[in-house]
Amino acid sequence: MFWNRTRSLGVSLLAAGLLAGCAGEDGGVQSQKLSTITGRGKLICGVEGKLPGFSFVGPDGKYLGLDVDVCKAVAAAVLGDPEKVEYRDLNSSERFAALASGEVDLLSRNTTMTLSRDAAGGNGLSFAPTTFYDGQGVLVPVASGIKDLKGLAGKPICVESGTTTELNLADRMREQNIPYTPLKFQTSDQTFAAYLGDRCVAVTSDRSQLAGKRTSFPNPDAHTLLPVVMSKEPLTPATTNGDPAWADAVRWIVYGLMQAEESGITQANVDAKLAEAKANKNLADLRRFLGVEGDFGKQLGLPPDFVVKAVKAAGNYGEIFDRNVGPASALKLDRGLNRQWKDGGLIYSPPFR
Amino acid sequence: MAPVPPADPTPSPLSAAKLPAPKPPWWRDRRVVPWVVQAVVGLLVLLLIAFLLGNLIRNLTAAGLLLSWRWLQQPAGFDISESVIPFNAQLPYWRALAAGLVNTIRAVLVGLVGATLLGTLVGMASFSHNGLLRRLARVYVEVVRNIPLLLQLVFWYFVVFLTLPNGLAAIQLPGVVLAKSGLYIAGFGEGLRWMGPTLVNGVWQAPVRLSVEFGALLTGLIVYSGAFIAEVVRGGIAAVPKGQWEAASSLGLSWFATLRRIVLPQSLRVIVPGLNTQYISLAKNSSLAVAVGYTDLYSVAETTLNQTGRAVEVILVLLAAYLTLDLLISALMNGLNRLVQIRER
Repeated sequence: MFWNRTRSLGVSLLAAGLLAGCAGEDGGVQSQKLSTITGRGKLICGVEGKLPGFSFVGPDGKYLGLDVDVCKAVAAAVLGDPEKVEYRDLNSSERFAALASGEVDLLSRNTTMTLSRDAAGGNGLSFAPTTFYDGQGVLVPVASGIKDLKGLAGKPICVESGTTTELNLADRMREQNIPYTPLKFQTSDQTFAAYLGDRCVAVTSDRSQLAGKRTSFPNPDAHTLLPVVMSKEPLTPATTNGDPAWADAVRWIVYGLMQAEESGITQANVDAKLAEAKANKNLADLRRFLGVEGDFGKQLGLPPDFVVKAVKAAGNYGEIFDRNVGPASALKLDRGLNRQWKDGGLIYSPPFR
Repeated sequence: MAPVPPADPTPSPLSAAKLPAPKPPWWRDRRVVPWVVQAVVGLLVLLLIAFLLGNLIRNLTAAGLLLSWRWLQQPAGFDISESVIPFNAQLPYWRALAAGLVNTIRAVLVGLVGATLLGTLVGMASFSHNGLLRRLARVYVEVVRNIPLLLQLVFWYFVVFLTLPNGLAAIQLPGVVLAKSGLYIAGFGEGLRWMGPTLVNGVWQAPVRLSVEFGALLTGLIVYSGAFIAEVVRGGIAAVPKGQWEAASSLGLSWFATLRRIVLPQSLRVIVPGLNTQYISLAKNSSLAVAVGYTDLYSVAETTLNQTGRAVEVILVLLAAYLTLDLLISALMNGLNRLVQIRER
């Protein structure tokens, strides 16, 4: 059962602490995680699993979504095959314990980067670059006639427990001195089931998640997002502080996807670009980026052409966005903050140098 | 009296060898060896514990997770939908955990009473002369105890309670309103004025309010544990010899009077130990509350764990709380058990 899993994760953390390390100390700065993954022959990726646009199981039984494509890109860069991924569905409460205990290698599960989650004294995560800049919203039935947060006074609001959403809700309502009743559920399924069962007059979550969930409602048009953005929600893949070399590898694979878009490298033309780089010695930037010269891959413990493999598997960042959540997808989200920096957005890769 | 055999005048060769027995070496001495074995085993156990604890501390230190309890004093920052003790988001984590614990205890106490009543009634019904009643009791027990509690909770919450009407359409009786958001009962409100349930801005208000989440959890726990307790009670009644029934009925006692005055008191000594197990299960099962949105100790602990990242500490608090609760129930039931046992005179 899913909540017993949280408990058993906590207990297994205890047990791991009791028993781990019997084999002796780990020396050097080599990434234990990378060698574990290559030895195992597959990447274990923690995802949400039921969130259209980000990670969900498609009609053919395969995982789809923006978060899933990040897993695929990492698997392709590390193992050379985007299909060598085992997906674990994690609810918001168990995700950090699963990552800390090593049950998953990478958490790509619409997780908000915050200070306490990053800090060694908090959850001790190590965040990759943000893959989706989001904000918290509130979904209400159109028929309720509610127009703003004040309209929610004294009413029950459904929220998933163990999320930043829960805290932002408490903060915003306290600031405006609006009394309310939070109804907390452990999974997003239960949260939205209670909302659809009319137990709450509103449900709050990240705006992208609300948009995604709404597509699966019986009558999507009967629900509307309030025009409030309650918080900043930079959704970011994460690893742990325990293995900095692995965290670096993931970070630069994700940057690689962003840089590829900026450099005009797509899933379709990546092979042509590679041939061009090999033929022309003067294209120094491109040659380094695609691993034709230099040792960027080796410095990260990855193959020299890891960017080529990642882009070939999942496409560049823009392609990943458009395919899963963009205007042409079911979610119909605007690029907004998630445009490249050249276009006035926040997607910005540091130089591959 | 048995005849005393004549004393053997000639001592047997064996007893003749009553030489001052040579003192056995210490490793064959029956007074020494068990002590040595105990000491060695004890020492090994202690060493193992010391090794595991040392390893735990070393690994936790390496992971930056060494036990620390300072977070308990920090403000929780989240709200709790229903709390018996006053709580708001500015109060520290330990107050949040305490509020969760009180909520758990509230559900467990009411659940224990309800499940005992239901279980006893159904257990008695399975000895009824009324065939329909008897079969209904069997069907209830067999259906309920063979379906996972989690499913039943989800059923009660999403299928039964969340389909209740809301707002003005709610079920309204004098002084009592049952709506989708909860059960509202009239009582003394502010300034000790008698207040009935009123609809304010689309939300029911009343001095006494029980949420549907609490209702769903309670219903689930009572119905589920009731089935097991019914079996325990049935076993207890069956353990009373048939002669007691016959004797009572020859005295002209009715079926109910026989049960109440003759059979049930005697069956208690069989029932109570079985009840103990069921009570403990009920207390532990109450942690499934989070499935139906009731803010119990486990739910609060989970939010706390996520916010603070102190997984080990929070799990330790949970372990300690449930262990204490169960040991307390067990101790009370053992006391009760001593009371109902037959006293040898």
